[in-house]
Amino acid sequence: MEVNIEAKRILAVSISKLYASRTQRGGLRLHRSLLLSLVMRSARDIYHASRECEAPSEAQSAPEEPMDTGSSPEEASRQPEPQLATSGAETCSDSEEPASDAEEYDCEIAEDKENLSPARQSRKRRGKASAAPDFLPSKRARLEPGEERHAAPLGSCRAGAGDSLTTLSLNRVIPAF
Amino acid sequence: MAGPGGDMQWCFSQVKGAIDDDVAEADIISTVEFNHTGELLATGDKGGRVVIFQQEIENKNQPQFRSEYNVYSTFQSHEPEFDYLKSLEIEEKINKIRWLPQKNAAQFLLSTNDKTIKLWKISERDKRPEGYNLKEDDGRYKDPNSITSLQVPVLIPMDLMVEASPRRVFANAHTYHINSVSVNSDNETYLSADDLRINLWHLEITDRSFNIVDIKPANMEELTEVITAAEFHPHQCNTFVYSSSKGTIRLCDMRASALCDKHSKLFEEPENPSNRSFFSEIISSISDVKFSHNGRYMMTRDYLSVKIWDLNMENRPVETYQVHEYLRSKLCSLYENDCIFDKFECCWNGNDSVVMTGSYNNFFRMFDRGHRRDITLEASRENSKPMQVLKPRKVCTGGKRKKDEISVDSLDFNKKILHTAWHPQDNIIAVATTNNLYIFQDKVN
Repeated sequence: MEVNIEAKRILAVSISKLYASRTQRGGLRLHRSLLLSLVMRSARDIYHASRECEAPSEAQSAPEEPMDTGSSPEEASRQPEPQLATSGAETCSDSEEPASDAEEYDCEIAEDKENLSPARQSRKRRGKASAAPDFLPSKRARLEPGEERHAAPLGSCRAGAGDSLTTLSLNRVIPAF
Repeated sequence: MAGPGGDMQWCFSQVKGAIDDDVAEADIISTVEFNHTGELLATGDKGGRVVIFQQEIENKNQPQFRSEYNVYSTFQSHEPEFDYLKSLEIEEKINKIRWLPQKNAAQFLLSTNDKTIKLWKISERDKRPEGYNLKEDDGRYKDPNSITSLQVPVLIPMDLMVEASPRRVFANAHTYHINSVSVNSDNETYLSADDLRINLWHLEITDRSFNIVDIKPANMEELTEVITAAEFHPHQCNTFVYSSSKGTIRLCDMRASALCDKHSKLFEEPENPSNRSFFSEIISSISDVKFSHNGRYMMTRDYLSVKIWDLNMENRPVETYQVHEYLRSKLCSLYENDCIFDKFECCWNGNDSVVMTGSYNNFFRMFDRGHRRDITLEASRENSKPMQVLKPRKVCTGGKRKKDEISVDSLDFNKKILHTAWHPQDNIIAVATTNNLYIFQDKVN
């Protein structure tokens, strides 16, 4: 579907713009970040809407898919975004970020999805619809030899009044200030 | 040929700035503003410098006079700073310059970067004292034993020197990036606006300001709009407007309450559903708002259009002018190359009959409200012979391209005119391309 491809492209472009704005002189521009997040939200909604139309038979993905129509629509975004964030973050010059970003996303997903226990260390693929969108790279961060993947305790990863753009959920772009 | 305003014919007058195609980032012009008489023209650039030009008029008494703007003063207004707490660099780029009405021999202007506003005094010195009792003329101190008589120093003429000195620094009042300053008609106060807040200052007091608008939500995750521009009413000292990224304008009355979060009027035009796209929100964001000189109207600029609002009618603008509607189908590319975030300004002419705004390919547009005519002109070095009449330009939107038309795909999106200014009384305009300032004049002034 053309709209789907368009939405995917716009999402990818938007994410890269968000990352580029981190290194911009003068700091993050609130207005620009807001506009980017609005575009991303439209693109994401359309992307998910068109994917739902495409794959109505994926009923077994129910635990994850209903998040799209749930009360907090941004949860659905956390699935595609972590992969983007991880891949984008890996290209950042800041080498410490990728691992912490990935862990932060992992634990946020763990917190927000009722069916997954926080201690879970791998996410089973539940079906085609919930698999990572094909344009996004693998979601798990590379581990250094000897490192272990930990499940972070609930509630410890909230950025709160964080002042750097470590979380990328649409609504969190703004609180980066 | 007759242009807007009857028989206006725009001619090239001057161009300021380097001819070099390789533009230094510090030279990019970021704001242009005439003072209240039009005698002075100030520009600010990304490097934090302010350059002021002064008008020198030849043959003022003749009907067709030629005026020239020459450099009057240049100074470094803002320097780059570093916010150590947030690990952020604060750009020195001058976002806005606003002149104060002249009260005495000196001129005053407010210039602002993202965080700090400064009041500059520009004064002339054309005399110097001579004949001090204790010092020689070259400054060396005299041997006290050699002084046998007293003399009164006299002021003797000297070459004109223009000095700029910072008289006030208004700092530390904005968490977000300042986008506007506006001087009140009471000539004592002014407002400064950032993305979420508007502060009211007194020109004499730098350690305190009043917050009059605060749209920051308790939870930043609920943020849906930001303030994009603000301006005081030209005559009513209690009234100001601010525009938002959602395409709305709020008019506030400071008499109503100390905190003007509740607007007195809300100007909003319902969106045309057939124009809905991924980018609807971006292109409806207002980049500039300007009151008309008579105070009855205000003009807003969004990405594709200019709208004129009657202050007495909130539900829709009274006039809408399409600046470059042919870009509507190109929004995705303009998003990718970042042009969709460009913030175009707009301005009124002296008698509010014509409005002007910039576009791409170094084109700028004028809309004659009375005659319902519009014209597209170009600021380029090719049309820069003295008093050369500017030829109207036309963009071909589809189908067969006529001779002299330019097709949409040939437009140069790196050449954008974001800042324009119109002389408050005469038909003289200043148009800023990336790093050059063009001055055009109506042939029959």
